[in-house]
Order: sequence, then structure tokens, then C-alpha cells
Amino acid sequence: MLTGDDFTALWLTLRLALITTLILLLIGTPLGWWLARTRSPARAVVDAIVTLPLILPPTVLGFYLLIALGPRGPIGKLMLAIGGQPLAFTFAGLVIGSIIYSLPFVVRPLQDAFSNIGRRPLEVAATLGASPADRFLTVALPLARPGYITATVLGFAHTLGEFGVVLMIGGNIPGATQVLSISIYDHVETLQYGRAHLLSGILLGISFLLLLSVYALNRHLRVVKA
Amino acid sequence: MSAAISIKLKLTRPGFTLSAEMDIADSGITAVFGPSGAGKTTLLRAIAGLEHGTGSISVAGERWQDEHVFLPAYQRSAGYVMQESSLFDHLNVRENLEYGYKRAKAPHRLIEFSAVVELLALQNLLDRRPARLSGGEQKRTAIGRALLRNPSLLLLDEPLASLDTRHKRELMPFLERLKNELNVPILYVSHLPDEVARLADNLVLMDRGNVLATGPINEVLTRFDLPVAHDVDAGAVVNTSPGEYDAQNDLTPLQIEAGTLWVTGRLAGGSSARVRILARDVSLTLEKQSGTSILNIVPVTVIETSAEGTAGMLVKLDMGGTTILARVTKKSASALEIRPGKSLYAQIKAVALLGP
Repeated sequence: MLTGDDFTALWLTLRLALITTLILLLIGTPLGWWLARTRSPARAVVDAIVTLPLILPPTVLGFYLLIALGPRGPIGKLMLAIGGQPLAFTFAGLVIGSIIYSLPFVVRPLQDAFSNIGRRPLEVAATLGASPADRFLTVALPLARPGYITATVLGFAHTLGEFGVVLMIGGNIPGATQVLSISIYDHVETLQYGRAHLLSGILLGISFLLLLSVYALNRHLRVVKA
Repeated sequence: MSAAISIKLKLTRPGFTLSAEMDIADSGITAVFGPSGAGKTTLLRAIAGLEHGTGSISVAGERWQDEHVFLPAYQRSAGYVMQESSLFDHLNVRENLEYGYKRAKAPHRLIEFSAVVELLALQNLLDRRPARLSGGEQKRTAIGRALLRNPSLLLLDEPLASLDTRHKRELMPFLERLKNELNVPILYVSHLPDEVARLADNLVLMDRGNVLATGPINEVLTRFDLPVAHDVDAGAVVNTSPGEYDAQNDLTPLQIEAGTLWVTGRLAGGSSARVRILARDVSLTLEKQSGTSILNIVPVTVIETSAEGTAGMLVKLDMGGTTILARVTKKSASALEIRPGKSLYAQIKAVALLGP
């Protein structure tokens, strides 16, 4: 059966995924909107940076984050200067790592959704008297809804399965940085296959259900529209 | 033509320059006519504020644009109906119609929601999604939405172009109602002569980004210095008043200043009817013929002539205050001694009814 440690790890994982996804949706909306509509030459650079976490080994990402967040890194020094603690081996550090790690999974679907809208509905809204902010809220956001569903679920599910980055910058502190994937690794290392099975099954189940809900929801939206 | 709307625009894009100067009447339909690539859509987009050209635009006393001012699209009271379907997919017909209505400045709401719904027969469509509408229904909704914005100028970009023949026929009466029942000036882009002849009061001729001519439709169509008068399908557009239907012969008389024109069939109604008379369907005689099968014979006076090719002659005629064209051979022209001021009779073989 699940022990107290396992529950703590499960709860921590879900909390991490939720917070990360919410912050990513806030960052991803302006970033995806900008990427979808800009003609600036800086777009290529930003595009590359946003895609980087997709192909970079998580350990590389984790290594750089460890250096940056640690007491001698730029962010760590900043934290110390304003009277805080270095973020390495803390939950806040995990959130920062997860945001970077899951960035493409949220930004890309939003960017695609915004580009698919095209210019026409927004131009039409303008000729009907809607200001830029009004157009964004009443036309762009509702039309990008399938993209938001995809982005939310992919961002959440991808953060759930995070391992390498967490291992590098979070370590394995129960209740603070020990997430589900690390618990599973621990159980396998200590040959507790039964508990590894249980946690792996839970992660597999949650991930599958989440993905199923995206595809079912997006299909439903398409059917309703037609 | 009173100049309530004055436009002077210059806009440069790679390989294309739009240079348009025109005054538009504050009522009725002004058609912007020209081949594709003439810059008609670019002109409408620039007027709506979707393209950034230089110059000045003033509409109904409001400055939309000049050297110092450029009102963004959402601050211009232009109702713009694009050529492509442009309804909001996430809203039903009612919500689409309300989008511009809610944002129109309340004291300027001259057109009421229910009036537009009735005018465009949208009562039964209000709860439907755009995807479930026919092409014609989508166009009507888009026109209604633009009208409810309460525009000082309605811009229609080829409203019939994307429709099949059946839906075209279905939409045409609605466009005529817009013109007759609303007091909103309409700028109507088209490349189809029939559509323009049927609907337009005034004409703006465009080609390769330039305005060739502007003026009342028949004046522009019969100008010798423009290519339209020399087209195979050149002709005049004449407004008439229909008389009593002759059931025995299935004919309807159309009264004009100079006499009567007969058309076959019975008219749908209305106090006016517009006909098109092609230059090639008009022949000229010195005296009024009696032994002829041609019904429509009216007295005319020659205004001017223009040689066409090696053997042809185009003749501009005054038919009781209305100008029409006739195409004859040079040989007949000299035999009849056609010259300005000469009185003749025009025999009109075909009169094409264009609707009320």
C-alpha cells in the first residue's frame, strides 16, 4: 500500500504540476501571441529558445539551473542580496526548473492556436468597433480555446513526469523536493518493486486520463462548432 | 453628386501603387468597378483603416485621416463586409449581429436590431452557428452585423462573388432593399457589369490602382474617352416607370421621357424599373418605321459620334434626356448623314430588365 512518504510525494508532484501550469499559461499567453503575430527578426531566436527544452537533456538544463540558483550563481546571489535563501534544493527552485522544462509544451499549442485564427477575425472585430484589448478578449481568446485545453493538459502532464531536472536542482528531500518520479527511482534502487509498481501505475493512469480528456474535449469542440 | 464623403489616398505596396481621389454621394450605391488587381479591395481596406495609406479621408463631416490624424479601424464608423466569409465561429448569429451593435455609440444608433433582422430576413437564423448557414445566409448576417455597427459608410466587397447563381438571386433583392430603405451610403466593389448596372447609382472606374472616372452611372458608361463605351457589351442604363401589364400579349410597358419601351413578362412590382440597352441592339432610321417587327422605336437626337475600327461607328444619342449608345457601320452613318444635332429614330431590338 501507499505509505505516508508516497502520499507526500504524490501531493507534492500534483502541486508542482498545478502551480507550474498556471504560471506557464500566464507567461505563454503573451509569448505565444507575440510569436504568432510578430514579423520581428528576433522571433527566430525566441523560437529557438522556447524549443530548446524539448531537445536538451534534462540533466544539462538541471546543471545550468543548479549553478544559477545556487548561492554563488547570479539568481542565488540576487536572492541572498534581497535577504532570501538560494533556491537550489527548494520547492520554489523546482517550480522555476519545471517552468523552463515544460515551456514548449504550453507555448507551442498557444502559438499555433493564435496563428490559426489568422488576421481576419481580428480585423473584422476592429471594423465593428472593438479596441485591441477588446478584440483579444472577445475574439482571440475564445477562438484559441482548443489551444488552451491542449496547453494546460500537456504542461500539467509533462511536469508530472519530470525527473532529470528535479534530480539535479531539487535533490530528494521528502516534503520539499521529492516528487513521484524520484520516489519511483528510489523504490527500484532499494528493490521495492511493489511500491514502484503502484506509483508507476498511478502516474501512467493520470497521464493517460489527462491526454484522453484533451483529445475528447477538442473533438467535442470541433463537433459542436460544425 | 454631393460630396459628403471625400477620399484622397495614396498607398504603395511592392509592385503596386494605389492612387485614388474621389468624392462619393451621401446616399445610394456607388459601385467601384474594375478588373481584378485594380486595387478595389485595397481601397476599401484603406478606407476602413486596415491599410495604412497617406492622404485624407473625411466621411459625413468626420475626419478619419489626414496629415495629422489616422483613426484606427475601430474608431471609424465604417461597416465593412469582406469578400470572404468573416463571421465569428464562436458566436451564433444573434451574438454576431450584437457584436457591432453593442459597440456602436448609443446616441448614433439609427438602425434598430429588430429592423435589421427583418430587413435581411434573419428571424429564423438567430440561434444558429455560422457553420450551419448557407453562403447567402452568411452574407446576410455579415451585412446585418455591419449595419448594426451604425456606419456612416457601408463598404461591400463583392458581396455576391462567392455565391452560386441560386444564392446570388436570393441575395440580390436584399441588396436592393438596403439601397432603397436605408439612408446609408454604400461603396460597392464589383467586377461584374450586370451587378453594377443593376444596383449602382454612381460609378467609380478603376484600373491598376488608378481611378479612371467617377460620376452618375449612365454618364460614365457612355463616355467615349473611357474603354467601357468601346466594349462589345457597351450600353446604357435607363431608369423607367412601369405601366399597366398587358396580359393578352404578356408585355409590360415602361414609360420613359421619350416614349414607351416594352418588355416581355410581368414585373414583380415597384414604382421604378431599370433596363440596360446595349449599343449593338440599337439601330437607327431616318423615319419612324411602320412595317417592322421591332416594338421599341423612340425618337432620338445625335449628341456625338466616334469611329470604331475600320468600319464601325459609335453614336451617342439623347433619348428624351437620357443618353444611350448605338453601334452602326460607317457606311450607314454616312448614308443617314449622322452628325451631332440630327434627329433620328432608334429601333431597340432588346431591352434587358435589371430589376427595380
